[in-house]
Amino acid sequence: MPEGKICNKQPINTVEQLQLTLADKSGIKYYEEMEHLDVDTDKLWASIQKTMKSRTKTWLEICAHCGLCAESCFLYQVNGKVPTQVPSYKIQSTLGEMVKRKGKVDNAFMRHAMEVAWSQCTCCNRCGMYCPHGIDVGVMFSYLRGLLYSQGFVPWELKIGSGMHRIYRAQMDVTQEDWVETCEWMAEETEEEWPGLEIPVDKKDADIMYTCNAREPKHYPEDIAEAAILFHVAGENWTVPSEGWEQTSLSMFAGDWECCKDNVQNVYNAIERLNPKRCIGTECGHAHRATVIEGPYWVGREDGLPPRPYIHYVEWLAEALRTGKLKIDPAKRIKEPVTLQDSCNYVRNHGLKMITREIIEYIVEPGYFVEMSPNREHNYCCGGGGGFNGIGKFRPQRNVALRKKMEQIIDTGAKLVIAPCHNCWDAIRDLEEEYHIGIRWSFLKPLIISMLEVPEHLKPKEEE
Amino acid sequence: MYDFLTGPMLWLTFIVSFGGLLVRVILYIKGLDQQLDRVAYRAHLSYGIKGAIRSILCWLNPIGARGWRIRPGFTFMFFLFHIGLLLTPVFLAAHNVMLQDALGISLPALPSFLADTLAWIVVVGGVFMILRRIAFPEVRILTTAYDYLVLVIAVAPFVTGLIARYAVGDYQFWLLAHIICGEIWLLSLPFTKLSHCVLFFMSRAQLGMDYGIKRGGMKGSSMAW
Repeated sequence: MPEGKICNKQPINTVEQLQLTLADKSGIKYYEEMEHLDVDTDKLWASIQKTMKSRTKTWLEICAHCGLCAESCFLYQVNGKVPTQVPSYKIQSTLGEMVKRKGKVDNAFMRHAMEVAWSQCTCCNRCGMYCPHGIDVGVMFSYLRGLLYSQGFVPWELKIGSGMHRIYRAQMDVTQEDWVETCEWMAEETEEEWPGLEIPVDKKDADIMYTCNAREPKHYPEDIAEAAILFHVAGENWTVPSEGWEQTSLSMFAGDWECCKDNVQNVYNAIERLNPKRCIGTECGHAHRATVIEGPYWVGREDGLPPRPYIHYVEWLAEALRTGKLKIDPAKRIKEPVTLQDSCNYVRNHGLKMITREIIEYIVEPGYFVEMSPNREHNYCCGGGGGFNGIGKFRPQRNVALRKKMEQIIDTGAKLVIAPCHNCWDAIRDLEEEYHIGIRWSFLKPLIISMLEVPEHLKPKEEE
Repeated sequence: MYDFLTGPMLWLTFIVSFGGLLVRVILYIKGLDQQLDRVAYRAHLSYGIKGAIRSILCWLNPIGARGWRIRPGFTFMFFLFHIGLLLTPVFLAAHNVMLQDALGISLPALPSFLADTLAWIVVVGGVFMILRRIAFPEVRILTTAYDYLVLVIAVAPFVTGLIARYAVGDYQFWLLAHIICGEIWLLSLPFTKLSHCVLFFMSRAQLGMDYGIKRGGMKGSSMAW
């Protein structure tokens, strides 16, 4: 069988195909079909020749096989330092081999490469900081994922995720109507406690256009309400787009570059349509990476920047605290040991390491903040990055991966972990469920709201 | 034989070697692609150059990057090995005599004691690298015959050079062996992993630009990427 009914080289573009794939619980049939999927070796080689230029080619060639990357990889560390988890080995034995064989690889090779690409690398890019030659294995794995995806060798959930993005332009089946309704619903719910609060949809020329992660309308709409409360208290002139509101990209994890482009273009179109002064994305590292760091290149923007200044939530929050738009009641500051998870996607990949610490200074009583070790750009991945969190097939491997973060957190002695990234938040929740170390975890929004100094005129009037 | 090896063959070697390396540098730069690499090289050139220089300097300095600092033993050996590998051939008195004869110019020459020490460091460093490849599972799994070959090519001129210098056995034979090994060394530069002598700078510069432009440099972050 060259191609399966659900496991094939075609991206999911229709609701029918999506439902068909979803109906295959845990992808049992999908992975069965994958065992018989043909590799189009000519296309694979043609694609490599077209897209593998100086950077990757040189990296594969000059890797000195020195092994200095080994210790830098948290997956190597938590998997008993098995040599097969050395970053250089992982990429040389997959992408390197594929190139050496000029694309002439078989089904078993591709399935193995898929396993390595999605369960042995979270594309956290930490190894790139430890290689004397500046070889970033995470970047190469991301590239390999694209090649694997184009041949149909992609984990079931990510094939679906990418299909969701293609159909709904959201990582979940949240339609434009669902989204707008959720905003209206959250505005109504919140307005009682916060008189005058609005979630303006499609307001033109606002100061801020806010975008988020589809998980929020789908699973925790209170996050949208919290964003609205903070903008409201800060007195911001803001809006959300009815279309182009979703800034995540499971297609980026899947290696579906065509879909990545479509998604980010959709967000940029919203920017052009609504003409805000700037955009703010939610607390999500991968969404920020997709829309702000990588996105401009997917749509071919010469300057590598989004059409308007586009900042991560932590940047706005730090600014609002700095300028006094938001004021913290000193009595309500955190007075227990607390630590902070640095998200790879906006710390190591966008330099936002100090801004989160600035926020900490406002919200944590001096002496209570405990750094993880290592931290900032040297911090480890939460354990579930790059799509790892969501792939059922690799759940056991993911659970092992969580141990590094668990050790780091236990070493701080803190029971509260601030995780301003959806993916890290999920991973830390899962690690508590898996290992029961007795910790709590939180986004910044609810923490800040709980300690705000609210101006009198924004408080609800007491009804006597 | 000696005249051929130090005459026409040497010139050919220099042309192929340095010409080849230059071609590699040019091809590298030509193969950069703003969209495929996802780095806006042109639009933010000043940030890029700053990042590139920073990246190179951090890694040329044994305490400039965390990667070096956390492994002082390896780093010490690694730097000594490379210093010996680069300085000895260029500043060796005997080589400078040849240079003087051929072009009428010469570089400052290393005192022979220092030259000997450096050459020995290269040899010992080479042995150390071979042992390291065998001893550590994380390096062993990466190692191929090609890695050993590259090491042999890199160290052979020093081994033969030292034998000739101490006049162990037939001096003429070891001198010719030394010259041939040296020429193989030079000829291998553009065609093997030894091309990292220039591609190290290209790769670091590229990642430095990536960091300087996209991954934090424009946010004022300083990472020794």
